[in-house]
Amino acid sequence: MSEEKAKTQGAVQTTGHAWDGDLQEFNNPLPAWWLWAFYGTVLFAVVYWIFYPAWPVGTGYTTGVMNDVTFVDSDGKKMTTHWNTRALLLKEMQEGEEAQLTRKYLDRIDKAGFAEILGDAELMAFTRSYAKGVFGDNCAPCHGAGGTGVIGLFPNLADDDWLWGGTPQDIHQTITHGRYGFMPAFGEALSDQQIDDVADYVLSLSGHDVDGAAAARGQQVFQTEVGGCYYCHTHAATGLKSQGSANLTDRIWTIADVPGARTAEARHAAVRRVIEKGVQRRMPAWSDRLDPAQIKLLTVYVHELGGGQ
Amino acid sequence: MIKHESIETNAGLLIILTMIVISIGGLVEIVPLFYINTTVEKVEGVRPYSPLELRGRDIYQREGCYLCHSQMIRPFRDEWLRYGHYSLAAESKYDHPFQWGSKRTGPDLARVGGKYSNEWHVAHLLNPRSVVPQSIMPNYPWLLETDLDYSDIAERMRALKKTGVPYSETQEEYDRNVAEFGAEVADKLDILNAEENLMKQALDNDYDGQRSRVTEMDALVAYLQVLGTMVDFSKYNEGYFTEFR
Repeated sequence: MSEEKAKTQGAVQTTGHAWDGDLQEFNNPLPAWWLWAFYGTVLFAVVYWIFYPAWPVGTGYTTGVMNDVTFVDSDGKKMTTHWNTRALLLKEMQEGEEAQLTRKYLDRIDKAGFAEILGDAELMAFTRSYAKGVFGDNCAPCHGAGGTGVIGLFPNLADDDWLWGGTPQDIHQTITHGRYGFMPAFGEALSDQQIDDVADYVLSLSGHDVDGAAAARGQQVFQTEVGGCYYCHTHAATGLKSQGSANLTDRIWTIADVPGARTAEARHAAVRRVIEKGVQRRMPAWSDRLDPAQIKLLTVYVHELGGGQ
Repeated sequence: MIKHESIETNAGLLIILTMIVISIGGLVEIVPLFYINTTVEKVEGVRPYSPLELRGRDIYQREGCYLCHSQMIRPFRDEWLRYGHYSLAAESKYDHPFQWGSKRTGPDLARVGGKYSNEWHVAHLLNPRSVVPQSIMPNYPWLLETDLDYSDIAERMRALKKTGVPYSETQEEYDRNVAEFGAEVADKLDILNAEENLMKQALDNDYDGQRSRVTEMDALVAYLQVLGTMVDFSKYNEGYFTEFR
């Protein structure tokens, strides 16, 4: 190819080296546009060194001129520093377009009570769009994008049942401080027969068809010191908000997958497993991770997902 | 003056001179970081991993988690909103190698510690789709079935000690750790008690929900739950961190 070019375009100078007797290199100069672009980048670097942090000097570095960034620090004081990404981030979080758009709503949310937010269409529209993102990033991994949870692991937030209370104040408490749901394992405290009986009694509470004699024996265990189930689930078996204990009289199940069981045996086995193994569920506290406004918005969002009380 | 021709006809000399030229680029960028005062932020709380967390980190590396998960939250608004406070250099100063990563097929994990419950991590590692339906992460069921091998934990800590991680073997090193991290943390960094410390942390916390066994799941969840939790950001003014750039 080079040889052809040499033939068609006339003589091209060589570099003057000769290898193995006759092997030579052509000397084709760089195109002028390329060379000048290269000189341009060198010049750009010199300009950059002047205006941006660049060269290490001793234990510090040149910070550049005319590149101050001003932001408000955590104490509310104005702070000015040389150009750097951390200062720019703070400035953007405070003065950016998004920040300004959301601030007017966040200020109103901050001052409003839950009832006021729930009754204000504009604030609710903001809450739905803003909290949806916060919910997606933080809550959806457990509770699902629509808040439907995972039976046996994470409570459904979209139904009408609330283990720890469904008022905005209760939900706010849950998100802020987290929850620890605990039911002891009765596998060793009760006999197999007793566990079977209690399972039948529990199923009978929500209107399932069970062996009446077994349920009657189970009731004895449930309602007395033998099992002591009533401590947390109450004598009426409707649960205690302060313990996060489930209401056993409705048809909503959060741990035992009774609705997913096709046969009476499978339903019985699902309930039995919970009594035998117990339950341990922990919801993390979010007060260190989310700011108060985000928690407030999430509270309203979750309240609206299902039947908030 | 060396002639162009004599360099090009001498492969050994050409290699040496090429290495010198290339290393100048590296030295100019890397060396100043060692003596510039503001490279690593001065913050409290950052400590080396406890023995159990260290085994978890090893499993994290063995399974190649870093191929899809970074541990580096950059100082951008969208990352702050999604993952939390941007990562500090100080937070990975005891990581050898650091796990910053450069590929995010999955989410960043720099602040995943404390974000979800242990139960969630176990369910998620066994089958990610049981909790996140759209997840493409593989299942890692063997973590829960495999007993954790911690017979060489002391050796693993000694190896890291050689790279500068302050695990202690002598009384003098232990005392230095007490002065720097407090007695409670210094105890966890003691190589001589590594096995007992590992067992104690695994049994006390029961990360995998199997009280009678210490599995690889215990170690990995212990590691994940400590990521990004060592620095208490409420103690610092945000303006402080801008002084380190």
